[in-house]
Amino acid sequence: MRLSSCALAVAAASLCLSSALAQEEPQVVRQNLMKEIGRSVGAMGAIAKGEKPYDAAVVEQSLTTISTNIQAFPDQFPPGSEEGHETDALPIVWERPEEFRSQADELYSEAQALLAAMPADQAAVGEAMRRLGATCSDCHETFRAKKQ
Amino acid sequence: MALRWPRVLGAGAAVIVLGAAVLWYGSAPRPASAETWEGLGEPEFARGEALFWAGGCTGCHAADGAKGEEVRILSGGLALTSPFGTFHVPNISSDPEAGIGAWTLAEFGNAMTRGVGRDGEHLYPSFPYTSYVRMSPADVNDLYGYLQTLPASGNVTPPHDLPFPYNMRMALGPWKFLFFADEPRVEIASADDRIRRGQFLVEGPGHCGECHTPRNALGGLKTDLWLAGAANPEGEGRIPNITPGSRSVGSWSEADLVSYFETGFTPDYDSVGGSMVEVQQNLSHLPQEDLAAIAAYLKAVPARE
Ligand code: HEC
Ligand code: HEC
Ligand code: HEC
Repeated sequence: MRLSSCALAVAAASLCLSSALAQEEPQVVRQNLMKEIGRSVGAMGAIAKGEKPYDAAVVEQSLTTISTNIQAFPDQFPPGSEEGHETDALPIVWERPEEFRSQADELYSEAQALLAAMPADQAAVGEAMRRLGATCSDCHETFRAKKQ
Repeated sequence: MALRWPRVLGAGAAVIVLGAAVLWYGSAPRPASAETWEGLGEPEFARGEALFWAGGCTGCHAADGAKGEEVRILSGGLALTSPFGTFHVPNISSDPEAGIGAWTLAEFGNAMTRGVGRDGEHLYPSFPYTSYVRMSPADVNDLYGYLQTLPASGNVTPPHDLPFPYNMRMALGPWKFLFFADEPRVEIASADDRIRRGQFLVEGPGHCGECHTPRNALGGLKTDLWLAGAANPEGEGRIPNITPGSRSVGSWSEADLVSYFETGFTPDYDSVGGSMVEVQQNLSHLPQEDLAAIAAYLKAVPARE
């Protein structure tokens, strides 16, 4: 499942495979999936803030990584991975698995819709960030431990 | 000797009664004069909407857990817990019975900027009129106009659940006397128009200081520590310092701040959390210039460690 979703997204395949295969521990795998999502959002953010010029390839690659990784993400919570490796996942992930999955689906659909429309300039990338951001904080609020 | 006591007591009582009368008069609910709310003309709905989002009315007055378009239904019902007891936030939807649809502009304006309710009673400062007081009558007119365009809800909310003495609205008089003023929270010597706009948004409708500034034992803001961070009333962690002296926000650029308000991402692309999520989602509705003004103001306030 993890491998096939990686294989689907050619652009993201190498990144995704390296994180999926190098570390077997599900806690580490899922954290790496999220870190890559974070880096992808960061690449788009640099464009939205005008730190980097608009680059369609970067935007497409970022949205693709986000889609691929968030699709694989809910499968990285097998029983026994509730603790360890500094996981910030809260027990509620295992208590309300459907809700957790549907939060992941929400980000997936948002990223897919953005890929289909393809933000075409700096302002559109900013708007895309706004839409993605709401789905990240919605899920983190419920399923991830707070900072400190 | 035995006779002197009653006289002393009598004199004492007279002083107390006089003192109470002065305090009572000095701290009685003070609505604005009737003319304040007259001749303001047609409300400008777009300005009213911006004040609505900046003011974060939805965070308290929408139903608990409302998402997306539902946040525009100001049905009330959220239970706000505080050290003084539990407040049940009232319905302020456009419903004429359960909400405030039948209120006059003066009644609404006195609630927003004077903390005086429809029956002339003091309102609790858990409703942040201590910040909203910085809105002008024209602002109040625009905001009220906009609120009336939002959906009606027939939801009837329970009374507050406050122990004695906090259940006595009268006792709010002296509190307001001590802590309720419309002066600027900080003086910024070289403020340009942008910083002044930011100051209005943050100190006024945005009521950012109500969370980000520490309070004294009586619940008044410690204005010398303006925006310097505070204990989290929800228990966990602290609400961060957002002055230029902050260990995190201090190093953010104005563009980083604007991006955070727009998208909820910090400069290292972590997502906003806690009670700031709702605030950020409201702020994301504001025009870019207003977010830039807020950022400019946050860079101009005195740095606190
Ligand atoms: C379906 C829920 C969900 C969604 C949607 C989600 N996250 Fe996460 N995220 C989590 C969970 C759970 C963790 C904690 C994982 C762990 O520690 O085991 C996490 C952790 C993270 C981390 C920390 C990784 C580390 O360990 O260093 C980052 C960064 C992150 N998420 C970014 C994002 C961004 C950016 C988005 C939106 C584009 C997003 N997340 C969307 C659930 C989600
Ligand atoms: C932090 C929470 C909070 C926010 C934000 C807030 N309110 Fe309230 N509001 C309250 C509480 C609590 C009361 C009840 C006060 C009382 O009973 O004394 C109240 C009362 C009111 C009243 C008086 C209603 C009545 O029936 O007496 C009005 C009008 C009102 N709010 C309007 C607004 C508007 C408009 C906004 C946004 C600009 C807003 N409020 C934002 C908590 C809040
Ligand atoms: C209801 C309480 C509340 C209000 C009102 C509020 N904030 Fe916050 N704010 C928070 C909390 C809690 C955090 C910490 C968020 C987190 O943990 O991610 C925060 C974080 C922030 C941060 C990021 C700080 C950091 O170090 O990550 C900024 C900037 C900020 N707020 C600005 C504002 C501004 C500007 C306003 C007014 C328009 C405002 N806040 C109103 C509660 C509030």
